[in-house]
Amino acid sequence: MSGIPHDHYEPKSGFEKWLHTRLPVVGLVYDTIMIPTPKNLNWMWIWGIVLAFCLVMQIVTGIILAMHYTPHVDLAFSSIEHIMRNVNGGHMLRYMHANGAALFFFAVYLHIFRGLYYGSYKAPREVTWIIGMLIYLAMMATAFMGYVLPWGQMSFWGATVITGLFGAIPFIGESIQAWLLGGPAVDNATLNRFFSLHYLLPFVIAALVAIHIWAFHTTGNANPTGVEVRRGSKEEAEKDTLPFWPYFVIKDLFALAVILAIFFAVIGFMPNYLGHPDNYIEANPLSTPAHIVPEWFFLPFYAILRAFTADVWAVQLVNWITFGLVDAKFFGVLAMFGSIAVMALVPWLDTSSVRSGRFRPMFKMWYALFVIDFIVLMWVGARDTEFPHDWISLIGSTYWFAYFLIILPLLGVLEKPNKAPDTIEADFNDHYGHASSDADAK
Amino acid sequence: MSHAEDHSGTRRDFLYYATAGAGAVTAGAAVWPLVNQMNATADVRALSSILVDVSDVVVGTQLTVKWRGKPVFIRRRTPEDIERARTTPLADLPDQMSRNVAKPEMDASDENRTLDDAGEWLVMMGVCTHLGCVPLGGNSGDFEGWFCPCHGSHYDISGRIRKGPAPENLPVPVNMFFDDNTIQLG
Repeated sequence: MSGIPHDHYEPKSGFEKWLHTRLPVVGLVYDTIMIPTPKNLNWMWIWGIVLAFCLVMQIVTGIILAMHYTPHVDLAFSSIEHIMRNVNGGHMLRYMHANGAALFFFAVYLHIFRGLYYGSYKAPREVTWIIGMLIYLAMMATAFMGYVLPWGQMSFWGATVITGLFGAIPFIGESIQAWLLGGPAVDNATLNRFFSLHYLLPFVIAALVAIHIWAFHTTGNANPTGVEVRRGSKEEAEKDTLPFWPYFVIKDLFALAVILAIFFAVIGFMPNYLGHPDNYIEANPLSTPAHIVPEWFFLPFYAILRAFTADVWAVQLVNWITFGLVDAKFFGVLAMFGSIAVMALVPWLDTSSVRSGRFRPMFKMWYALFVIDFIVLMWVGARDTEFPHDWISLIGSTYWFAYFLIILPLLGVLEKPNKAPDTIEADFNDHYGHASSDADAK
Repeated sequence: MSHAEDHSGTRRDFLYYATAGAGAVTAGAAVWPLVNQMNATADVRALSSILVDVSDVVVGTQLTVKWRGKPVFIRRRTPEDIERARTTPLADLPDQMSRNVAKPEMDASDENRTLDDAGEWLVMMGVCTHLGCVPLGGNSGDFEGWFCPCHGSHYDISGRIRKGPAPENLPVPVNMFFDDNTIQLG
């Protein structure tokens, strides 16, 4: 499966040989976990394992919660309280599931930003990146529909606002919205189908994850230098790599243990910190909460959605060019989906021949600004739209698009990159001394 | 035998396209019910028209009912309310359209929005045209009509937008007197 030369599975016992000629499943597992991995991976390469853990945890706790939950507008809210009060350990399972979504997104953002810094998306890993973006979209759909299930005020009004986005599409928007909701407004039909899809999508994600792993096992992992593993021979490749098991598994599990210690501290001591108190009020279609705020991991994109109001000249220009087809509301929707689309297209927007940001002095500054921009958008997404928040979200949204559509294409031309090391081995030895000469050091 | 350079249709080509076409039609026909089941069910559609008993609504009060999953304001206005609504110059209104399903292309004067010609009854959707919140009212905000707490849109006593981010007047649904004490929505 891997393009890097390494030892493959050899069945030894009679049973192994018998099975291998019929179904080489042990070989598949062996080659997957023994993949040669660049030995200079830093701590930012742990998030993949954290994400895999999150997916499993969410599916397991979710299946259990579904045993006690009732997807009906009259019963959903009380069935959640039933889980919290009556089901043995139910409060713990629900808090794990709710905060597990937050850990999932925390990890995925670090995973994505790691990829953006080290150029993990660049050839030949574009397909890995695109699959990853599809996983991210599926995660957002799953999280959004999951948040509707408790049928609290934020559930209801969040669903109303977000499905209202589809109503902004010209001509067919209202039909699409009614089709998605199963009626003129968010109601029992909506809750039922959201439950069904919330249960389905994690398995779609699991399948995409398998393809994601398959893709980067074919190309090999990226690494902090962006220098490719030498593939001339097995001996050469072994100077740059170590097998995933046990070296990286143990490292990743150590990181996971630290992260889970923090995670369970959050669950134990502040389980509702990331939630919104209004969601402990049952949904009421006749009364709106004063502030409708999405969960924190949606805030940067919610800020982009709200940033482009009718008084922005770019919006007016587009409105004029399209003969009024694209109004401010639809513009905002396009901007929000566009902000993820430009990120998915980054393998083709980044023109630099150097893969890793470590050797790109100008890129580093723009990247740092991009990270700050993301955090600022997250902050402003939870605020009201009064001055100066409207300006902050407009500037932040503009920078988001400028980073992908202007800065990254231009930097490849304008920037003079520093020299990357010749091999991963050289980079590793610069940091840790000559690994091959353990005996010499003693 | 067909030849690569022979572009005229053969019997085999015909069978190929006919089979593919029939397959596509069959697949479409099979998928359509799977898509259509997500549209509104019969019981939801049955509630697209409801009767509301308004015999207890006294002058100066409002009844809020849920219709098609959304709030509808049924306001019985005082003579002062009517006076105020009808003397507002059209030039003061950001949205010049009536936004009344029954009078689609007409201006936003109060007469084009109320249920009765006298203007005592005003029936409209309680859904802010900005982001869909439910406005508070009907003696709230700078224009003593409705006020949306989400982003500060002010509507007057005719439900017309006067100030704030909302782009349109509160929409007036299909509504009529079923009998003296009953209003029909939809």
